[in-house]
Amino acid sequence: MTSVEKTGNRRLSPEELEAFGAEMEAIRQRIVADLGEEDSAYIYDIVKKQRAFELAGRALFYLPVIGWVPAVACLSISKILDNMEIGHNVMHGQYDWMGDPDLNSRMFDWDTMAPAENWKYGHNYMHHTFTNIVGKDRDVGYGILRMDEDQKWHPYYLGNPLYAFLLMTFFEWGVAMHDLEVDELVAGRRTWAENKEIGARIWRKVKKQTLKDYVLFPLLTGPLAPLTFAGNFTANIIRNIWTFNIIFCGHFPAGVASFSQEECEDETQGHWYYRQLLGSANITGSRTFHIMSGNLSHQIEHHLFPDLPARRYPEIAEEVREICERYGLAYNTGPLRKQLFGVFKKICKYALPDRKSEAAAAAEPTPVLEGVAA
Amino acid sequence: MALDLGGRILRSRTVAALASPHGIDRYLTQINPMLAAHEVRARITDIHPEVSAPGAPRVATVTLQPTSTWRGHRAGQHVSVGIDTGEGRRTTRVFTVSNTESKPGEPLTITVRAHEDEHATPYSISKFLTERATVGTLVHLSQAEGDFVLPDRVPEHIVLISGGSGITPVMSMLRSLQRRTHRGKVTFLHWAPSADRQIFADELDEIRRQGHGVDLHIMHTSDGAPYLSPALLEKLVPGFREVPTWACGPASLIEAAQAAYAGTESLRVEYFKPPRTAGVAGGEMEFARTGKSVANDGATILDQAEAAGLTPESGCRMGICFSCVTNKSSGRVRNVLTGETSELPDEQIRICVSTPEGDCSVDL
Ligand SMILES: Cc1cc2nc3c(=O)[nH]c(=O)nc-3n(C[C@H](O)[C@H](O)[C@H](O)COP(=O)(O)OP(=O)(O)OC[C@H]3O[C@@H](n4cnc5c(N)ncnc54)[C@H](O)[C@@H]3O)c2cc1C
Ligand code: FES
Repeated sequence: MTSVEKTGNRRLSPEELEAFGAEMEAIRQRIVADLGEEDSAYIYDIVKKQRAFELAGRALFYLPVIGWVPAVACLSISKILDNMEIGHNVMHGQYDWMGDPDLNSRMFDWDTMAPAENWKYGHNYMHHTFTNIVGKDRDVGYGILRMDEDQKWHPYYLGNPLYAFLLMTFFEWGVAMHDLEVDELVAGRRTWAENKEIGARIWRKVKKQTLKDYVLFPLLTGPLAPLTFAGNFTANIIRNIWTFNIIFCGHFPAGVASFSQEECEDETQGHWYYRQLLGSANITGSRTFHIMSGNLSHQIEHHLFPDLPARRYPEIAEEVREICERYGLAYNTGPLRKQLFGVFKKICKYALPDRKSEAAAAAEPTPVLEGVAA
Repeated sequence: MALDLGGRILRSRTVAALASPHGIDRYLTQINPMLAAHEVRARITDIHPEVSAPGAPRVATVTLQPTSTWRGHRAGQHVSVGIDTGEGRRTTRVFTVSNTESKPGEPLTITVRAHEDEHATPYSISKFLTERATVGTLVHLSQAEGDFVLPDRVPEHIVLISGGSGITPVMSMLRSLQRRTHRGKVTFLHWAPSADRQIFADELDEIRRQGHGVDLHIMHTSDGAPYLSPALLEKLVPGFREVPTWACGPASLIEAAQAAYAGTESLRVEYFKPPRTAGVAGGEMEFARTGKSVANDGATILDQAEAAGLTPESGCRMGICFSCVTNKSSGRVRNVLTGETSELPDEQIRICVSTPEGDCSVDL
């Protein structure tokens, strides 16, 4: 496990944790009290832009040859905005306070294969509650990759880089299938019956998405149908690659800590904040970059305050940084290429068996994954 | 014709498939909020003050021109009205449609009394509509809902009872009966605090003058008029328990009517607020997500949560709109409208009409 110590961070005393938690809570209260016109105007504006890009994308496919690249670009932007700054954030309930059913976490569905309902459980509940608790947070490696040394090595993991590449390319399918917990099914810890409803939802959504992107819109462009088909496919892949990279940079670059289940038993609010902070990493970039990443480039702030509107994260970040400095905690941030390199290294490193001696391994606490399996 | 065809195309399955998952209305509204294929929106075309006596809460009738998606209403039904009241927030409340039965796409009116109490919120919809709304303001509507309506075949003799702003559904009924040229007899009993606070005063005078089978009794209690009692009902409507009756008004009036009709099938009632006959106090009410808990005081879970400083989503606050639906992880709750109890774990409940009975935990 990449324990807190291994990331070069210190453990806080119970008193420090409490004070740390209180400071975070104060930020939260202040922002909640301040939510208003600007936040709603912002998200309405993003929605407007997303719809405009989408329409432009769909329309440009009618322009033979020269229209194709701009069409794919517009559609990719539309899907990225839809999935990240709008979908992901709305489904977190960041805009529920506005009282607009169109931006309500219970009603919203996004333009990807993953049905909102399934995703909200796996992501909002499992991942955000159990962030980076190995054996509980199913986003650690997505049940496909080995991203932590506590996941026991197996020759299967030699394919880590290949799986990562495939997961990246078909990320929306990965996210959709994620909730079926196929790995758990294979291991016999989950039954088909438990998956029935989840599977039915995926099937319904996949049918709709496929019909729209791969049948109807291509057909509407008549003789250009094959090009439109290819364009829609490309836009979906571009979106997949982008979202995969942003998300993996948020949790798996160097210096991100993971936690054992024992560490998190009867967790205090202070420790919860502490774990969220150390389990996430930010990416630096321009304003446009932040918007295109749904402000998940501020993964730290997102994990501290998952239901505050993401446009507030940059402003919150300054304060969080200052607090981290005072408590002597690292604030993991860096440009995209640095964070990506860290992720890439991890994917390759964990493809291979651990190099450290058996003795050292024995000295570590029992691997948690096995504890769960037992 | 052309318009109709457009509407049919917009509502077609092909368009739905193309606009999935957001739906075609999410695109149309970007062009013009008054363009819609399924949802209903409206613009205010007129605001007519009904009561503006000094010291009295203002009452106004607001006329709305809906999108063509409005399917019309039956007299007595209500509609959800959502308004952007500023600070980026939309608030939704339920109001009775007060005009004569409307057909698809026809204008509707709501008659709103400014809500004044110690709890009044900054986002009060009734205050917004009576004080700040202007012609042209956009409102978000539902379709008409509710089964507090007259049957298609209206009985020979009916009784309408209302109090205060509860006059709105019965007024819609009365107006519709007049348009349908109902030949039977209508006894209409209305209670209001005083003459200068009387909603629809001119129209009621007109009805009284014309007669036309409407036996109208208006009781202004500050002038010493009697309150509703079995004796009064018996005097005005002999054998009233046998006469189909529709009653709407404050809880005290409804309770008096229910007592008078002694459980007979003739009485149908409509509430604007959940009955105050609160649940049982005792046990602990836990708000699991925020980690707060309070001693259960028997009020609805919504009220208890708000009293504890939480701000759960709510709309109608009367079990109609489902915006307050919350997961209850454990405990028994009673539905204040039906009296039914349920204690299934992990149940989705409407917290505005649920009171806890003993320990209870919800995801708030
Ligand atoms: C079927 C039906 C028909 C109706 N028809 C009519 C009609 O024809 N005419 C009419 O005038 N009214 C009608 N009403 C009542 C109407 O829906 C509103 O309840 C009323 O207008 C008050 O709403 P408001 O937004 O102005 O008040 P608000 O002051 O915003 O809210 C009303 C109450 O909600 C509580 N509340 C809301 N938010 C909070 C919070 N965050 N914290 C604590 N407490 C809170 C307060 O106790 C307050 O008293 C009808 C209601 C129903 C259910
Ligand atoms: S607030 Fe409308 S159902 Fe509870």
